[in-house]
Amino acid sequence: MAEGIVLLTIFVLSAFTGYEVIAKVSTILHTPLMSGANAIHGVILVGAILVAGRADSAIELIVGLVAVFLATLNMVGGFVVTDRMLEMFKPRKQVERP
Amino acid sequence: MTESVWIDAGYLLAAVCFILALKALSSPRSARWGNAVGAVGAVLAVVLVFLAERPSNLVAILIAILLGGLVGAVAARRVAMTAMPQLVALFNGVGGGAAALVALLELGEVGGSAIIPLVATAFTVLIGAISFSGSAITFAKLQELMTSRPIVPPGAQWLFGGAIIAALALSVLVVTTGNTLIGVVLALVALGLGVLLVLPVGGADVPIVISLLNAFTGLSVAASGYLLGNTLLLVAGTLVGAAGALLTKLMAQAMGRSVANIMFGALRGGSTLG
Repeated sequence: MAEGIVLLTIFVLSAFTGYEVIAKVSTILHTPLMSGANAIHGVILVGAILVAGRADSAIELIVGLVAVFLATLNMVGGFVVTDRMLEMFKPRKQVERP
Repeated sequence: MTESVWIDAGYLLAAVCFILALKALSSPRSARWGNAVGAVGAVLAVVLVFLAERPSNLVAILIAILLGGLVGAVAARRVAMTAMPQLVALFNGVGGGAAALVALLELGEVGGSAIIPLVATAFTVLIGAISFSGSAITFAKLQELMTSRPIVPPGAQWLFGGAIIAALALSVLVVTTGNTLIGVVLALVALGLGVLLVLPVGGADVPIVISLLNAFTGLSVAASGYLLGNTLLLVAGTLVGAAGALLTKLMAQAMGRSVANIMFGALRGGSTLG
């Protein structure tokens, strides 16, 4: 039970953090931010490695490896495509708001 | 013992990287830096899981990572600027799919144990699969593999309502029985639900749906973190879930619409400006 409450606490605090931290996003960055956040949830790769590493039958291993492949696709592709989007925002002095 | 403290401290560092990344991505001057910090956090997390877990099947896992990384990087490098939104949708969908598969595999482990991990499992499978198939439909719409007009199948409300009830009933069954086969059926129903959710959305509104599904995937990753007892997955998934939910609202506001209107406008018979 104690561990459950710790995890619940982490969940609630993270939810507020996620909300507050992007609250002032400028409109032109909506799409890159979405893409960057998308890359971040690619860390499901950590979970995929965990289950694939524990697999003890062939079918479990195959499903686990598919999860690893898909999660890596999400993570690597996500960061690379976000970087390409942001190339377009190179130092062109435009309306600067603090 | 001391080793696991170092690992947890490393996960904390990765979580901080993700928070900084989201913060930096909100401002034009720091956005590119923010993305790089996020990538550093992700690589750190993956290195740590190998150190902490020393997984068996190591070679096979490394090959799967190599293939996924290669395909992802090449696709992201080659894609035309105009086709980026649908690629993001695709990446988001496969992330949701990965989360659902992780939960299905873990169902065998948690089966018969405490109720909360089982709820987290059912939630991950349900939301992850919805995100997977929903993203596939948004991809097809933007890639013009299908019409980008809103599609409302006859009796859509009933179909949609029925699918939701079936999904909820199956979720309850998964929680009470912990049966993997029922989990697979739940995943299949959730795939159908994802399709039904996105079909009625018009082409111009699709980016907002991608953002919503992005938040969905975040939440399913968070639930899988709860399930695996991995705090980093919990934090990262929740961050993306919360940020994604707010971002969805902001994007809809920028278009002068409400999220509910975008998602369900066509179902109610209204126009969705497809």
